[in-house]
Amino acid sequence: MKLTGAQIFVECLKEQKVEVLFGIPGGVLLPIFDVLYDAPIKFILARHEQGAAHMADGYARVTGEVGVCIATSGPGATNLTTGLATAHMDSIPMVAFTGQVATSLIGNDAFQEADTTGITRSITKHNYLVKDVKNLAKIIREAFYIARSGRPGPVLIDLPADVQKAVTEFSSSGKKVEIRSYKPNCSGHLQQIKKAVELISKSKQPVIYAGGGVVLSGGSKQLRELAEITQIPVTTTLMGMGSFPSNSELFLGMLGMHGTHYANFAMQRSDLIIAVGSRFDDRITAKIDAFAPQARIIHIDIDPTSISKNVKVDIPIVGDVKNVLKKLNEIVLQEKDKFRKNRLEKWHGQIKKWKEVNPLKYKKDDKLRPQFIMEKIHEATKGKAIIVTEVGQNQMWAQQFYKYDYPRHFLTSGGLGTMGYGFPAAIGAKIACPEKLVFDIAGDGSFQMNIQELATAAQNKIAVIVVVLNNNCLGMVRQWQELFYKKRYSATLFSGNPDFVKVAEAYNLEGLRITKKEEVEPALKKAIAMKKTVVLDFHIEKEENVFPMVPAGVPLDEIISGLA
Amino acid sequence: MRHTIVVLVENKSGVLARIAGLFSARGFNIDSLSVGETEDSTISRMTIVVRGDEQILEQVMKQLNKLIDVIKVSDFLNVSHVERDLVMIKVKANSSTRSEILQIVDIFRAKIIDVSAKTLIIEMTGNKGKIEALIKMLQPFEIEELARTGIIAMSRGMNKTKIENK
Repeated sequence: MKLTGAQIFVECLKEQKVEVLFGIPGGVLLPIFDVLYDAPIKFILARHEQGAAHMADGYARVTGEVGVCIATSGPGATNLTTGLATAHMDSIPMVAFTGQVATSLIGNDAFQEADTTGITRSITKHNYLVKDVKNLAKIIREAFYIARSGRPGPVLIDLPADVQKAVTEFSSSGKKVEIRSYKPNCSGHLQQIKKAVELISKSKQPVIYAGGGVVLSGGSKQLRELAEITQIPVTTTLMGMGSFPSNSELFLGMLGMHGTHYANFAMQRSDLIIAVGSRFDDRITAKIDAFAPQARIIHIDIDPTSISKNVKVDIPIVGDVKNVLKKLNEIVLQEKDKFRKNRLEKWHGQIKKWKEVNPLKYKKDDKLRPQFIMEKIHEATKGKAIIVTEVGQNQMWAQQFYKYDYPRHFLTSGGLGTMGYGFPAAIGAKIACPEKLVFDIAGDGSFQMNIQELATAAQNKIAVIVVVLNNNCLGMVRQWQELFYKKRYSATLFSGNPDFVKVAEAYNLEGLRITKKEEVEPALKKAIAMKKTVVLDFHIEKEENVFPMVPAGVPLDEIISGLA
Repeated sequence: MRHTIVVLVENKSGVLARIAGLFSARGFNIDSLSVGETEDSTISRMTIVVRGDEQILEQVMKQLNKLIDVIKVSDFLNVSHVERDLVMIKVKANSSTRSEILQIVDIFRAKIIDVSAKTLIIEMTGNKGKIEALIKMLQPFEIEELARTGIIAMSRGMNKTKIENK
């Protein structure tokens, strides 16, 4: 049948089972928006394209499906870029569409023209400029395939106005997408896996270091099996939170700059690191020359470029984490006698001691402290909520003092560290999982970076609980200034903050101010019962810091505890 | 260590920008890059000469492979192959120097492809060493302009750089 480019766009989204589209229209997208008017796809009108991109990202992180967003040419596309870069750094499957000026005008500095494919080349997994409507369906199908396969990531399709209007033959396709230049290796080399098992069986102080790849591949169950059969302790990265149950005795918490003492000690003294879907980022290794000096390294990752990029790996295994762990566990089970339960007794004893001496802690007094708030949220939600964070101190407290037991329940901008990510991502998450409680753990700085999305929440009746840990400053930068720049608080203190309760009310949403410890629990109860977006404005201590902390440029076990 | 890498890519617009962008974004240094269509018009062949230690080269190869439009990447370091670079040199020449230059051109088996009252254009193909030797010999006569294609390379015998495993 003959269809216009705009109609093909909608047909292809239906083919990909896209239920929700996030975005903002614009001049060059009029043909598409006209077809969307009566298409069976829910459209969430955001208030800023960055918000739309983060919504699609949040939607993708909780569902594992491809998140889809759309923005107009020029400023619409440039506004989208932060969202694309965020998704790219965290390997989130997304397809973003941008309008473009008509093909005849491209390169003429036309109104609202930007070189979108040029700008987004290094912050997408791949991108396309569609010059001929005949290629449109093929490109959309490829884009979805590329976004979700291999190491997932965002793919952008730039759609000129005339291509949306042009007509061509369209037939729906059940065919599998084949791209001769793109064949991700998912299976994992058996010989390498066998070598890994051998090394694991001989290790005396092993640690599993699990990252976002475990969540993305759906391999949490396999990770747990591996840890339980081999009795190897597990630390996760920020992106890996929830991939391993926090209540397990084998769990060490997060490692790295704001990781636990015991996770960092265990890494530094280990004789074998089993890296699973993680990438030895600088927030993890600290001073790289001093990183885990005695450890041999097994690295399982779907992306070969992640392997031996920062640290030299002894046994690389390229493949999908879930597939590789399945095979690995099978072999481990066959050689069970090599993995006697008490084989690591001494190592477990050492870790237990570290845990006892240096637990995660904070000052327990009458003051309203963010750590206490996080503990109370955990209590009130029984650990079953989806916790989305902004970036900075709020992100670290959310990670440290709420216990994550399920994958896809902790959403955060790990790689790019995008302030303003949390609130729109929480909206996306809530749309994907309306039955779940969704919290955005925010700072007063981050929240204001995408605060306009309160209107999106109001218009679409989306219930997100925004927890503003309000310290009237850019807390994390202020913390660094306190510790390393003699408390010279250059440009980190706010004096123009709005009344967040009134802001919420101005959008016809709810707002509550909490200044005392004893108000926390009732406020949370009230917010949960409201079933619409609530902004909880917690006035916390200004000079509260995130500890433990490994400052820049020192080894991972030179930790500042912060508390006497 | 100097490596000659041959990359087969989809012959589409934007691919060169992706490759060049990768090298600049990741801080890899390129000595030369040349690109042209192959026997299959849907495929372009790039020859990239890059410097770096083993770890850098490993990353370069992997990062190139990761690009969706890249079909195949081969490092020619341990492959028996031939390399050629083409150079055009416009050199000052008058009646008193012309014959001396012609002698040099002859010795190098280069060619004169343009002549004027004041200049000669010399064309030569060869490997890097030979071209640099020629340039050195011509420098005393004053080189006006110089253009090089950059190295292209091909494996010897039946070792074909074709598309298979990626």
